[in-house]
Amino acid sequence: MSMRIGVVTFPGSLDDRDAQRAVRIAGGEAVSLWHADADLHGVDGVVLPGGFSYGDYLRCGAIARFSAVMESVVKAAHDGMPVLGICNGFQILCEAHLLPGALTRNQHLHFRNRDQWLRIESTGTAWTAGFEAGQEILIPVKNGEGRYVADARTLDELEGEGRIVARYVRGNPNGSERDIAAVRNEAGNVVGIMPHPEHAVEALTGPSVDGLGFFTSVLAHLGAHA
Amino acid sequence: MARVVVDVMLKPEILDPQGQAVVGALPQLGIENVRSVRIGKHIEIEFDGEADLDRAREIADKLLANPVIEDFTLRVEELEEADR
Repeated sequence: MSMRIGVVTFPGSLDDRDAQRAVRIAGGEAVSLWHADADLHGVDGVVLPGGFSYGDYLRCGAIARFSAVMESVVKAAHDGMPVLGICNGFQILCEAHLLPGALTRNQHLHFRNRDQWLRIESTGTAWTAGFEAGQEILIPVKNGEGRYVADARTLDELEGEGRIVARYVRGNPNGSERDIAAVRNEAGNVVGIMPHPEHAVEALTGPSVDGLGFFTSVLAHLGAHA
Repeated sequence: MARVVVDVMLKPEILDPQGQAVVGALPQLGIENVRSVRIGKHIEIEFDGEADLDRAREIADKLLANPVIEDFTLRVEELEEADR
């Protein structure tokens, strides 16, 4: 039986369809979840996609955090359900305190949209177990507020506990502290990533198919724990 | 009616590229003696009846500010009789 991965649509989400497509290409069943519906419809994992939830009117992710679906996602995440936040989804996970730190305006103030090399630093997560540690991957980055910040103590903890999941290599697109592109929670079921693996799952439309590994990883993880 | 004013500022150690951009523009105005500009948010909350500082603090802490990167201050603003 194929695993069911929910993709949440908030008002202002942009990449929900691409995330659903990535789940399907990886071999899973994509389930559409709605921001105002607290029911997770029995999914095995959740993706919070990129975009501008609620217009990012106050701060990126700040209002989405209080949506009905997020109450259920936070509870499920604490119970071990795999959750991946991409771009705006990463911002929402930080605002919901599922991940430490915050995402702020790019250091140079420009919106940055390009293909970006990352180095996978932690394979101890539900979403990256299929990569090799140190593997370099090429996926698109597109953000205006993607600069990862946290206080020095938190950054040291993340480094010490191996919770930095990916770093930017060959250039840092937004001034993120310590070149951080992705982090995870202690348990490894919750990952936030600023670049977009869901846009790199087919040779026709992406710079590579490196992003597929996030989706095949979670399906393998769920299969092994079923 | 009563008004509570919330000011939200980035913590001192958090980079403010928007403020830096303003500093960078000031020489074009002929202004050379500004060392730093920091940009924040000024929010006015109007309550029915008396100012509810506890409620205002809850709004600021949970929604208006992100305590990871921002600090906030609260104060009750006295309204002119005509505004009440």
